[in-house]
Amino acid sequence: MRSTARIFWRLLEAGFRRQSAYRLAALGGLVANATFGLLKVAVLFATVRAAGGELHGYDVGLMSSYIWLSQGLLGSVNLFGRSDLALRIKDGDIAIDFLRPVDVQAATIVTEVGQSLFSLIPRGIPSVVLGAVVVGMDMPATAGPYLLGAVSLLLGITISSATVYLIAVAGFWVVEVRGLQILYMVVSGFLAGLFVPIRLFPRWLELLATLTPFPSMMMHPIDILSGRVDLGGATLLLAMQVAWLATLGVVGHALTRAGRRQLEVQGG
Amino acid sequence: MGEVLTMRTRLRPYRAVLASRVRAQRSYRASFALDLGSSLLIGIVELAEIWVLFHNVIELGGLEFTQILLVFGLADFAFSLADLSFGHCDNLPVYLRAGTLDVFYLRPQPLLLQLITSDISLRRLARAAVGLAAMVVGLTINEIDWGPRAIALVGLAIVSGYVMFAAMFVWAGGLQFFLVDGAEMTNAFVYGGRYAATQPASVWSRPLQAVFGFFFPMAFTGFLPVIALLGLDGPAWLPSWLGWCAPLAALWAWGMALLCWRWGVRHYRGGGG
Amino acid sequence: MSGIVETVDLTREFTRREGLRRRRISAVDGLSIRIDAGEAVGYIGANGAGKSTTIKMLTGILVPTAGSVTTCGLRPVEERRQLARQVGVVFGQRSQLWWDLPVGESFRILAAIHTMSSTDERRRTDELIERLEMAEFLATPVRQLSLGQRMRAEVAAALLHSPRLVILDEPTIGLDVLSKQRLREFLVAERRAHGTTLLLTTHDMGDIERLCDRVLVIDRGHLVYDGDLAGLSKTVGAERVLVVDLVEPTADLTALVDVPGTRHLASEGHGMRQRLAFDADLTTAARVLAAVSELVEVRDLTVEEPDIEDVVRRIYAARR
Repeated sequence: MRSTARIFWRLLEAGFRRQSAYRLAALGGLVANATFGLLKVAVLFATVRAAGGELHGYDVGLMSSYIWLSQGLLGSVNLFGRSDLALRIKDGDIAIDFLRPVDVQAATIVTEVGQSLFSLIPRGIPSVVLGAVVVGMDMPATAGPYLLGAVSLLLGITISSATVYLIAVAGFWVVEVRGLQILYMVVSGFLAGLFVPIRLFPRWLELLATLTPFPSMMMHPIDILSGRVDLGGATLLLAMQVAWLATLGVVGHALTRAGRRQLEVQGG
Repeated sequence: MGEVLTMRTRLRPYRAVLASRVRAQRSYRASFALDLGSSLLIGIVELAEIWVLFHNVIELGGLEFTQILLVFGLADFAFSLADLSFGHCDNLPVYLRAGTLDVFYLRPQPLLLQLITSDISLRRLARAAVGLAAMVVGLTINEIDWGPRAIALVGLAIVSGYVMFAAMFVWAGGLQFFLVDGAEMTNAFVYGGRYAATQPASVWSRPLQAVFGFFFPMAFTGFLPVIALLGLDGPAWLPSWLGWCAPLAALWAWGMALLCWRWGVRHYRGGGG
Repeated sequence: MSGIVETVDLTREFTRREGLRRRRISAVDGLSIRIDAGEAVGYIGANGAGKSTTIKMLTGILVPTAGSVTTCGLRPVEERRQLARQVGVVFGQRSQLWWDLPVGESFRILAAIHTMSSTDERRRTDELIERLEMAEFLATPVRQLSLGQRMRAEVAAALLHSPRLVILDEPTIGLDVLSKQRLREFLVAERRAHGTTLLLTTHDMGDIERLCDRVLVIDRGHLVYDGDLAGLSKTVGAERVLVVDLVEPTADLTALVDVPGTRHLASEGHGMRQRLAFDADLTTAARVLAAVSELVEVRDLTVEEPDIEDVVRRIYAARR
């Protein structure tokens, strides 16, 4: 049990260290976040104001929190759909991974979560700070939202990793997962609430979104962190996230085993 | 030799490479269909991002949805066409790593021209279709005094928009010589610029107006021509008559792009310290 | 009349960031050479010695930090496009062809790029296809070619516009023996027919021996040898090595083999495999083999050529 924990900790660390090499990229990311952030501020603030200063519970301050938190989380949540695993399955290197005494699904997800968590330092925090300083935003004054929000954030990142894992694993049966990856990339940002808060969607679209894991990746953590939902609401969102993670985990596990069998049958 | 090189002969190699790229893309039937589909979806999602806002309010930045639709149509159509022909230019790091650029040096053709004609992304046609549809609908729904003035304005807008977005890709390419892993920084202004171009510039803060109004003149690709066409008022620093100045903005954009390209090439060759 | 290649004190420095400090490294330092039309020059040196950098400066890809360079009478950086019409380059690692197009189509595009008339194009393409035996894979996409086929296509692509100077950067790397030989024969014939000047960088001494009459050796940016191949071996005292696999384990053959200029290098596997170095000027592999065969039964043998790094090291040492 202890050695398993140690292995996962090492993987987390390794993911962490890999990211620190890309420092200039981090600066580029900050510039990108600032640009998109300011553009979103322009359009969304105008929307809130045109609606009379309040729109589905959002005022200008809360909208600002939403904008800068979403920009900050952008580098940590996988909205591309691509993963190293997909390449390894395509090349057949996955056979080596199966020989290792670590669960492939868990190892892949944990490594990626480690990388994502690290991204929070060069990308996440500066973006939020930038927003707070340049534009100003409303953040909760109590500790509750931050504590729950941190948990929600961790869940959200893991959920995105687990979903991308499913796409990669599909590679055992589908020759070219590129189609799935592109589809993921196109809809993920939109349905995760990257461009417009999901509360602003028309009812039917909002419903459609909640049927996907995307809101759990980004919108829910932001809702909790920004204090838009109260304790009850936060608990509900967290429960939804846990449910999604469990589902994705189980499905991923089943698919991995099936894929492994597929590989063995084919003579891997 | 003593051959007179006609325009046709000069263009032959460029046409040959482009034609081969087109053929190559169309030959992978299933893959191409997939790319077209995803491209279409991207266009629809981008339109949805704006439409969703107008589900909540009637007017944004002084424009109603039918009017913003026209802004989106003009800007996104021009962007998709530019992406089709120039989109690969900001992918310079790939060329650098493969050593393709060195191969370009060994051919008796201008470097930039080789880069531009080295590829074409036909799949963007699907996305252009979304922009075109939005534009056509926008032109139909809104009350426009159709005459030579209106036609000229729309024509200028589309052409200038295409040229401006093309310049953005070239600018980004030139900067890739300096930036290692710097794609994100240029993406901020290339794709951020696209996003900005579909917005009503009247909602922008001063810094945004400076950046996307004048430096990377995105407002000239859609917003300004539309308010000039529809006879609306623009914000303080961006009056509606600027809609006619789109060609000037395009010229400025290309000047900047070529300058950055020159700098980048000089840096790659190690000339000038 | 200036030569095909003429460099005077050519220098190229790079700054490399190491931790906090910045170091200026000279990839090429004070290189002065002259190559006349029709020559075949081999350009050898260890990896990172400055060969690629020199070529990049000759073709206008890099600007020299100091000194001057003239290629085919033109200044490479300022007159790059004009120069491109007169120079053909084959990169061993990079491809000039279009990856997913059939080989024949690449040739057609290149002919259009060089604005060749259709008669010239037809004549030249046919000539190259026949002499390099490419007819069988003309319709195959480049990415599906074997290395040997690809190199032939690359060479043809470089020679299509009948350039005055052909630069080959490690063209035979990774090729099997037969392909190497055929490529070398083609280059020799091409030179004889068209008087093309040849500049070849390589790690393969066989290339040098069969193709070049002159050798330039570069070591850490400096030219350390400029002369013919015979002189190179003499300067260096280069040894070839005969490796014999014996039927029965035998003690060191040193004492037994009495051929002048031979010395025993090593024994492996309890004397089953023995390495004998011999001075190529004093004796031949055949003579050594004969002497060994008189004493023991030889099951198999190999002859190794002197290692480039070894040659260069010896030259450098000889200059001290």
